[in-house]
Amino acid sequence: MKLGERSYLFKNPAHIVCGYTIVGPKEGEGNFGTEFDYVLTDDLWGEKSYELSECKIHRETIKGALKKAGMQDSELGLMLAGDLLNEIVASSFAAREFQSAFLGLYNACATFGEALLIGSMLISAGFVNNCSCSTSSHFSSAERQYRYPLELGTQRTPTSQWTVTGAGCTILSTVAPEGREFDVQITGGTMGRVVDMGVDDETNMGAAMAPAAADTLITHFRETGRAPSYYDAIYTGDLGKYGMKLVKYICEDEGMTLPPNYHDCGAMYYTDKQKTEQGGSGAGCSSTAFNAHILRKLQRGELKRVLLVPTGALLSRDTPLQKQTIPGIAHAVSIEVF
Amino acid sequence: MEKERYLEYVKQTSPKTSMVRSLFLSFVVGGLICCIGQFIADMIKLAVPNISKEMLSSATSIILIFLGSFFTGVGLYDKLGYYAGGGSIIPITGFANSIVSPAMEYNREGVVFGVCAKMFTIAGPIIVFGIVASVIVGLVGMFFV
Amino acid sequence: MEYFLTYLKVFAVGGFICFIGQIFINKTNVTSARILVGYLLLGIILEVTGAFKYIEEFAKAGVTVPIIGFGSNLAKGALKGAAENGILGAVSGGMTAVAGGLTSAIFFGFIFALIFKSKTKKL
Repeated sequence: MKLGERSYLFKNPAHIVCGYTIVGPKEGEGNFGTEFDYVLTDDLWGEKSYELSECKIHRETIKGALKKAGMQDSELGLMLAGDLLNEIVASSFAAREFQSAFLGLYNACATFGEALLIGSMLISAGFVNNCSCSTSSHFSSAERQYRYPLELGTQRTPTSQWTVTGAGCTILSTVAPEGREFDVQITGGTMGRVVDMGVDDETNMGAAMAPAAADTLITHFRETGRAPSYYDAIYTGDLGKYGMKLVKYICEDEGMTLPPNYHDCGAMYYTDKQKTEQGGSGAGCSSTAFNAHILRKLQRGELKRVLLVPTGALLSRDTPLQKQTIPGIAHAVSIEVF
Repeated sequence: MEKERYLEYVKQTSPKTSMVRSLFLSFVVGGLICCIGQFIADMIKLAVPNISKEMLSSATSIILIFLGSFFTGVGLYDKLGYYAGGGSIIPITGFANSIVSPAMEYNREGVVFGVCAKMFTIAGPIIVFGIVASVIVGLVGMFFV
Repeated sequence: MEYFLTYLKVFAVGGFICFIGQIFINKTNVTSARILVGYLLLGIILEVTGAFKYIEEFAKAGVTVPIIGFGSNLAKGALKGAAENGILGAVSGGMTAVAGGLTSAIFFGFIFALIFKSKTKKL
């Protein structure tokens, strides 16, 4: 059912069968350390390059999710996947080993939200029976693509964030998984639009993405008629500690107070000792945090209604050099337990 | 919310680098690297007493560049840079770091298009500016010397 | 005592140069390449105006180890070349003066890139 311009609620919600995550060693030492399915001891994972390692992490995450769901490759109708590498090679190379249909997605770090939105729509409409939604990122491949060589002695600015090494995969289905006390469903969402408030500092992604996150949140609550208190928890993707502050500020300014149970996956990701400045970022940030931490809470019934808002900054390495400002995007996914 | 007001708020509230700590570290590390350079020069002079001034400065640079390259190779220079910032960027060892780090980073793309082609992605501007400026200085200098 | 004083001067001047660079890094978020280019040009200017000679006499490695010294060598070489060999010297003098440093940086870069692989940052 369409609500307003960009929001909708499903008549036939998509059921979340399971989630699976693989992360790097630093992530394993972070705040969600005990909740990941598999923590690597070496982020190269026996591969020749960090790009190939990211590809392997992505592939094994989808395989792990299928195994956890008790599904065969042939039962999975569609794979929705994305990552941060140029031409999203980590996802498409991972998909080489599967028989299912593949749709490659890119919304930078908001790709996981995009995948959940499209996946749940297709399932709700009955076009596919099962689908996987996965995203990955890798600190070392992102660092060389967007920033500097790893061994260059540069300082990290206090607004910078740490790209999460890892991949998360969620399996969606038309039928509820058997033998579970709580049935987790995607019940609706709001598609984000590209918002650019003129932030041009590529080391301050939180400030670039916060306006998009605030726009999506305000639109979601206005169009669905829900109050922020409807949800037990609201999670944005990878705004970081400072980005969260900005979202609160913008929402306040627009006359909407975010409740104290508003969190950010990136800000929660690492401990203070890990020197990540503002926290985690990257396409793997929201997907690993959701599948490891948030989904488990939903499956245990500790949270009943969650709004997940993955956020992304849509820039390439060259656009800041060409004096372009950084546009942001955010998608809201409403997840409820029945 | 208007763009201007948002940008102004971001400008005012963005977390800033701790001035005292970063300036102190860059001062100490930068000073120490220069002392190492002085020590190397003194040692060379001790070993080869009648070395010319040009040769001495050239030999000192080469040894410092070797040290900068080596510590980049074993993965320590980037850690130093995280704390010292300008203190490890500005000495000639930092110049070596800016050449060796991209060369190492791209060795997985092969020797020709990886190591050799990407070696100057960071140091390129320094070399180009240096050469162009030296030619200008030389040509202008011809009329004065 | 004399040695101690020399090293103290080297430390103070070298540290001060990096200190000023750090202020730029903190205030303007400029990248390391820009800082290095700026200091290189500063070195050329100091050499051309003749100020470098006096600073070097005082601070020795404190001013020659920072990239300022590299700039000064370039300018010194170009001027020397111009005086000795005219136009050809003016064009090639700068590079001749810094040939040792530049060659070693490229050579070590090549060799170490073959030996070592870059590792994920651990802080």
